[in-house]
Amino acid sequence: MKKLLYIALSILVIQSCTNQSDTKLPILGNREPVERTVDGKTIVDTIYQTISPFSYFNQDSILVTDKDFDGKIYVADFFFTSCNTICPIMHRNMLDVYKKFKDNPKVKLLSHSIDIKYDLPSRLKTYATKLGVEGNQWEFVHGSRDSIFNIAAKNYLVSAFEDSSDPQGLVHQGWFILVDTKKQLRGAYDGTKADQVKQLMEDMDKLLREEAANEK
Amino acid sequence: MAIIIQSCQNEDSITYKRYYVNGKGLYEKNCQNCHGSDGKGLGTLYPPLTDSTYLIANKKKLACIIRNGQSEQITINNVAYQGQMPGNNTLADIDIAQIIVYISNSFGNKQGHYDQTEVAQDLAACK
Ligand code: HEC
Repeated sequence: MKKLLYIALSILVIQSCTNQSDTKLPILGNREPVERTVDGKTIVDTIYQTISPFSYFNQDSILVTDKDFDGKIYVADFFFTSCNTICPIMHRNMLDVYKKFKDNPKVKLLSHSIDIKYDLPSRLKTYATKLGVEGNQWEFVHGSRDSIFNIAAKNYLVSAFEDSSDPQGLVHQGWFILVDTKKQLRGAYDGTKADQVKQLMEDMDKLLREEAANEK
Repeated sequence: MAIIIQSCQNEDSITYKRYYVNGKGLYEKNCQNCHGSDGKGLGTLYPPLTDSTYLIANKKKLACIIRNGQSEQITINNVAYQGQMPGNNTLADIDIAQIIVYISNSFGNKQGHYDQTEVAQDLAACK
């Protein structure tokens, strides 16, 4: 009886392993079909939404662009240093992601400040240091009003805007957006919920396996 | 006589428990985002509430901190913190007392009851 149980258990384990590597994360966002001709036959490709080129200053006042994310998967979010509502929760959770993937050269984190006026690089540096973040695996970036709010709305599909009726004048959602090496959106997680952030970390492992398989 | 003492004690402990439970709910709503569900804070951005020495030394100031916020530099367990804690104008004295009971009896702290009547006294002495 015991033996049978072990066999059943090991089948379950094998099963769940194969399942894990088989299912790919979905590709999110807008898509459009594009026709092309190969050997006289018409093939329909799907073009997925990607993150547009960007350039911002990070916490070390160094210019950071989309090129710095080439060949890496990354998690993006929107926050501001004086935000006293959801941001502490988001970044307490993001800190778990940071610790788990620390020094993994294939992983980066990208936090955009939406407080264009006050969150200059020096302030972002103080914030990062107090949070316990060193180096540039986790980039805290400052950009122009248009570039930050546009990329939030159009590329990451996160709502962020200035609102004079809000006590802090800025409103934003707490999404963590997972982006793959093709700069496609692969997941959106509520950064204020511990269980969703746990899912994000599992999905990052999954995406890293997919990217490694693609490289071969 | 013995019975009366018994029942008084029970009433005290019922009051304490009621404060504690309500205080937990108020903490989750008003404080937990910054100070964390385990009271450990967040890096040096938000200080921990786990240091009994600090909380005991500042017991009479807690009501002021909660009502008015705080932004001066403070040192807890040899670590310096300087941030901006917002004040809470909407919390009534009873809410503040319940929150104080909760934080000063959680996260490794054990300071017993703190009554609503003490809040007014402590608030009158705020700087
Ligand atoms: C927006 C984030 C935020 C919220 C919300 C918040 N605090 Fe604070 N709290 C801080 C910061 C920052 C400090 C340090 C202030 C300073 O530098 O003087 C602090 C300091 C304290 C201190 C003194 C230092 C310590 O760690 O013991 C206490 C006690 C405290 N907070 C309790 C509370 C309670 C109770 C609530 C809920 C009613 C609350 N805080 C809500 C950010 C916050």
